Amino acid sequence: MAIFIHPEAEATMREHAQSDFPNECVGFVYGEDTPEGRVIHEARPIINAKEGDQRRRFEVSPIDYMKAEQYALKNNQTLLGVYHSHPQHPAIPSEHDLLQALPFFSYIILSVMNGKTDHVRSWILNDNGAFTEENIHTTT
Amino acid sequence: MATLIIPTPLRKYTDNTAQFETGAITVDAAIEELTDSFPGIKPHILDNNGKLRSFIKIFVGEDDIRGLDGGDTLLQDATIVSIVPAIAGGNI
Repeated sequence: MAIFIHPEAEATMREHAQSDFPNECVGFVYGEDTPEGRVIHEARPIINAKEGDQRRRFEVSPIDYMKAEQYALKNNQTLLGVYHSHPQHPAIPSEHDLLQALPFFSYIILSVMNGKTDHVRSWILNDNGAFTEENIHTTT
Repeated sequence: MATLIIPTPLRKYTDNTAQFETGAITVDAAIEELTDSFPGIKPHILDNNGKLRSFIKIFVGEDDIRGLDGGDTLLQDATIVSIVPAIAGGNI
């Protein structure tokens, strides 16, 4: 499965991951689901709503989720997934990520090492309830 | 008519329907109409006792129905009802 990310969307995610370091950042990605793969046109940051240690956890407020779906409909896009950062950890889903994951969504994870965004990888649940990596391509 | 917004992760159970129009006058009746039309979505919203699953919230306009009248919350014409799944995670 391929996922095509517009450079501006990737830049938004990378900058957000760095600005929220050492905490985890979170946001939504929007675009279209095509037979050739997913195309991410836009990334929109939201506030990490997790109470407590945000260096290890993120949470999305229900209000932000509700607004995200409405934003997608209003702009003729599809809410395709969630991005979040892993400060000082690799861009690999944790067990906690897996427990909370929803089908269909792309989970884009940005590894932030010493304040600088490092690897960006994307994951999606397969039919067996495990994560499969999506191959990221940058669009022009 | 009120409109239910189906979250994208659940649209595979609604034939990719994003917005479901309903003439129901309460939230519970609207959910029932939705699950009657698309039975596959039911176990992803309601538990075996017909209660909302813990990781699902329902908003009427911008208000969580838990702060209103719950499933008895009345729907006006053109009300937007949102089905909201919990989203969370972390690096360990």
